[in-house]
Amino acid sequence: MSGLDLEADVLVIGGGMAATWSAISAARQGAAVVLVDKGFVGTSGVTATAGPGHWWVPPDPKQRQAAIEKRYPSSHGLAEKVWMERVLDVTWRTLPQLAPYYAFSRDGSGETYYPGVRGPEYLRALRAFALASGVRILDHHPALELLIHQDGSVAGAAGYARLDRRAWAVRAGAVVLATGGCAFRSGLIGSHTNTGDGHLMGAEAGAELSGMEFSAIYTLSPAWCSTRTLPYTASRFYDANGEELDIPPPLADQAHHHALAKAMLEGPVFADLSEAPPALRPILRRIQPATVAPFERKGVRLFEQRFEVKLFGEGTIRGTGGLRIVDDDCQTTVRGLFAAGDTATRELVVGASSGGGSPNSAWALTSGHIAGAAGARLAKAHGRRAGDRAKPAGRAGLRPVGAVAPVDERGAVRTVQDEMLSYDKALWRRREALEASLTRLDDAWTAVSIHRRAEGLDQVAARETAALLACARWSTRAALDRKETRGLHIRADAPNLSAEGGSRLLIGGLDQVWTRYEGAAGSTAAVEVAA
Amino acid sequence: MIAHIFEDLCDGCNTCVSACPTHVFDASPTGGAPIIARLDQCQTCFMCELYCASNAIYVGPDQAGPEIVDPGAIRASGVLGQMRRDHLWDAPQGDLAPLAEYWQLGPFLQEGAHISARRYALKHASAKPSEP
Repeated sequence: MSGLDLEADVLVIGGGMAATWSAISAARQGAAVVLVDKGFVGTSGVTATAGPGHWWVPPDPKQRQAAIEKRYPSSHGLAEKVWMERVLDVTWRTLPQLAPYYAFSRDGSGETYYPGVRGPEYLRALRAFALASGVRILDHHPALELLIHQDGSVAGAAGYARLDRRAWAVRAGAVVLATGGCAFRSGLIGSHTNTGDGHLMGAEAGAELSGMEFSAIYTLSPAWCSTRTLPYTASRFYDANGEELDIPPPLADQAHHHALAKAMLEGPVFADLSEAPPALRPILRRIQPATVAPFERKGVRLFEQRFEVKLFGEGTIRGTGGLRIVDDDCQTTVRGLFAAGDTATRELVVGASSGGGSPNSAWALTSGHIAGAAGARLAKAHGRRAGDRAKPAGRAGLRPVGAVAPVDERGAVRTVQDEMLSYDKALWRRREALEASLTRLDDAWTAVSIHRRAEGLDQVAARETAALLACARWSTRAALDRKETRGLHIRADAPNLSAEGGSRLLIGGLDQVWTRYEGAAGSTAAVEVAA
Repeated sequence: MIAHIFEDLCDGCNTCVSACPTHVFDASPTGGAPIIARLDQCQTCFMCELYCASNAIYVGPDQAGPEIVDPGAIRASGVLGQMRRDHLWDAPQGDLAPLAEYWQLGPFLQEGAHISARRYALKHASAKPSEP
C-alpha cells in the first residue's frame, strides 16, 4: 500500500496540551506545521480527561517573586528560578489567547477566570485554535521513529496511520516531541497512550534524559475506575473490618499517599466521603461530570456509601523526569529536536517534586509555546533540508539486531507494571529490589530489542512496549544511582540528602544505559548542542 | 469499559472511530455501526460517549475487564447520553452555561483538604498526653 509523504517547516509529535500549544506557536510564527498524534487531538492524553489548573500569578514583580520563593524549596535545589519566572510569564500572556475557542467563565467575584479549564473543552478548543492557525492535524498517525541527517540533526519522523493502514513520513526543519510522559500502563485515566514513545524516539536519536528517578507518584481513585480526585479530599478511610485508618490529610502530600499505600499493602482500603463539603454534592456533576459516572453506573452512592479505593501510578506524568533540555529554546541534545510538556524534564520548574497540577500545566503550555516558536525560527534559518539524506533511527520492535522471533509483548508490559507500580518497590526503594527489577526489565528489553520485528498495525503496540520498557529501565537505573532521598525519590536504604545529589542526574542509552550527574553549575545555558 | 453500541440509535457517522484516543473501534466495512475491535485498549475515559451526538454508546464503569450488560435495562434507565447532557455539549455555541461552575473546582478541593486537615489535627491534639 502506498504511503503518505509530507514536508513541513515544523513537525509536532503528540496531541495533548503541550503539542497543540507548540503547533499553534509555530504556526503563528508563519511556519508550515504538521501535527501527528497517536490518538485524536481533543481526547488524547491525560489533560483531555482532566481539568488542568495553570500556575497563575499576575505580572506584579513582588507577587511573582513571592510565588517563586514559596515554591522553590520543594524543588530541593534542582529547579531554576529563571525558568519558573518564564513559565509564569508565558502562561499569563498565552492562555487568554484561547478565549475565541473556550468559554472562560466568571469566578465568584465576577472576574474572568482563566487558570482552571476543563479537559475535554480545553483540548477541543486547542484543536480549533490550531486548525484556525493553519496547523495540519493528522489524528491516529502514531510516530514510530525519528529520521536523522548524516550530521546527527533531526530530519523528520516516520510512522503508521492506523485508521488508513499505511505508512507515513514527514520531513521537517524541526521536530517537537510532545507525546506526554509514561505512566507504565497503570490504568490512570487518560494515560493508556502515555507510554513514553517520545522518550524512546528521542533516545534513539541520541537525546539524553534527566530526572527519571522522580517517577514514583500516585493518584487516589475508586478501585474499579480511575477518575479525577475532586470529591476525595475530605475523605475518611477504613480497613476491611471497618476500623478507621489514621491517614494524614491530603495537605500532608507525600505522607498522605504513603500512609494509604502502606494500608493498601495490608488489605483493601475504603473511602467515606460523608464529610465532603455539603455544597459540592449538588454541583459535582456540573464541574466534573466524568467523576460521577463510574459511581452511578456501579450503583454506588458517592457521598453516602463507603467504597474501595486504589492508588493509580502517574509515573513521569506527575513525576518530573523526561528528555533533557539544554537551552532556552527547549532543545534536546539533538540539534533541531525539541521537547515539551511531560516528554521533557520538568525539573527546570519543579525540581525533585511533582509540583502538582498547576506548575505542570503551566510548564506544558510554556515549553510547548517556546519549542514551537524556536522550531519555526530554526526551520526558517536552515530550511527544511528535505532533499538531504536521512536515516530512520528506530530500533527495538522495528529493526531487531538478532533473528526475528515471537516475543511475549503482553508479558513484557506486565513486567513493567509489576516492577514500576507496586507500592513497596516504588515508594520505599532499596538497592537489592532495584537491582532485581532492573535485571527483569533488562531481560524483557533484550528480548524485544533482539527479536521483535513488527509489521503494519502491530508496530504501534510493539513500539509502545519498547518505550514502556525503556522508560522503566531509565527510571529504575536512575533510582539505583541516586543514592539518597530527595523529593519524590525515596530510598529506604539512604534516607538523607547526599553531597552530589544537588545536581540533576542525567541518563541515556538503550542497550547500554548510563548515568552521570550534570555539571555542578546546574544551568541549561552552557551546554553544547550536538551536531 | 465500552459495553454496547445501540445499532438502532447509531447513524454510522464514525465519529467515535476517530474520537477514541486508543483505537478501540473499527469502522464497519459494510456501513452502519462501528465494531468494537480492540476492547483491551479501552481505558474507560467516556470520550466516545461524549463525542457521540446520537447517544448510541454505553461505557460500563469497570475499567479492569469486559462487562456483560443488559441493553434493554440500560436503554430504560435513561443513562444513554448522560455524558453529553452533563457536559452540556448540545448547548448553543457561545453559551457560557457548560463551564459556568468550573471555577469552583479549586475552592472545593481546598475546602475538602482543610476539612481533613482540621479533623486530623484535632484527633492528634486530643490524643497527645497532657503536659506534666
